[in-house]
Amino acid sequence: MNIAQGVQFVSFIILSALMLGSALGVVLLGNIVYSAFLLGGVFISMAGIYILLNADFVSAAQVLIYVGAVNVLILFAIMLVNKKEDFVPAKNSWIGKALTGGVCAGLFALLSAVAVVTPWQPPTEVATGEGSLVPLAKHFFTDFLLPFELASVLLLMAMIGAIVLARREFIPDTTEMTEKSALTLPERPRELAGK
Amino acid sequence: MMQLQLPYFLILAAALFCIGIYGLVSSRNAVRVLMSIELMLNAVNLNLMGFSNYLDPVGIKGQVFAVFVISIAAAEAAVGLAIVLAIYRNRDTVDMEKFNLLKW
Repeated sequence: MNIAQGVQFVSFIILSALMLGSALGVVLLGNIVYSAFLLGGVFISMAGIYILLNADFVSAAQVLIYVGAVNVLILFAIMLVNKKEDFVPAKNSWIGKALTGGVCAGLFALLSAVAVVTPWQPPTEVATGEGSLVPLAKHFFTDFLLPFELASVLLLMAMIGAIVLARREFIPDTTEMTEKSALTLPERPRELAGK
Repeated sequence: MMQLQLPYFLILAAALFCIGIYGLVSSRNAVRVLMSIELMLNAVNLNLMGFSNYLDPVGIKGQVFAVFVISIAAAEAAVGLAIVLAIYRNRDTVDMEKFNLLKW
């Protein structure tokens, strides 16, 4: 074992411990804001593991899209539904949780047994070592061109759909508002508009 | 043994996926359910990247599919959070146990 493999192994251990700890925190912590920030930790350690897997472009895309867009979007949603709500505990909820934990542990045991037992065939040809960006771009613009363009159409549809779903449906008393100030938005929070 | 191999990454992805399933089923807050879905999508991405690096290092088709999964996940997060906001406006809660309009 040379030093590069040792460094890779140690960083894999550190990154996976970070990732599993943060993921458990996302699921188990009580405060949802802590969960959202720990979700960012999961995404960043996932980007580090992608670098270990020789995928530089996907690692950068992971940081940009997940940490920069999805996590911020989730934080926005948390701030928008910012209501202190103590959930009434359902009766016998511990049975459901124990059952779910058992099923998840069993699924994990099954999946890891499959991963260990299966004889994975090592590839016959070795990578050229020119990085992953140029082959990835060749794939996107030759044999995966149609899915690539369809993804852009789907993103446009998702954007329009999110705007339509999240829009407020009422515009309360616009005439009164326009006289008051040109800089005031016509929509207000529900508790103000109800009066 | 100290060298990185494919099963290590697959086991890590399986653990992350199972944590995501547990959070998806057991959490009460709707936003946390969406976060668990993101965890599961990331686990699938890790599987794809592991296969791409160890079994197909020349073609790297797994990375292509991982990029597609990332873009679909971003769209899914936007639409899902918009749905959560709409439900919150109508029902004044984000408790999954109270979203029972379609129950009976």
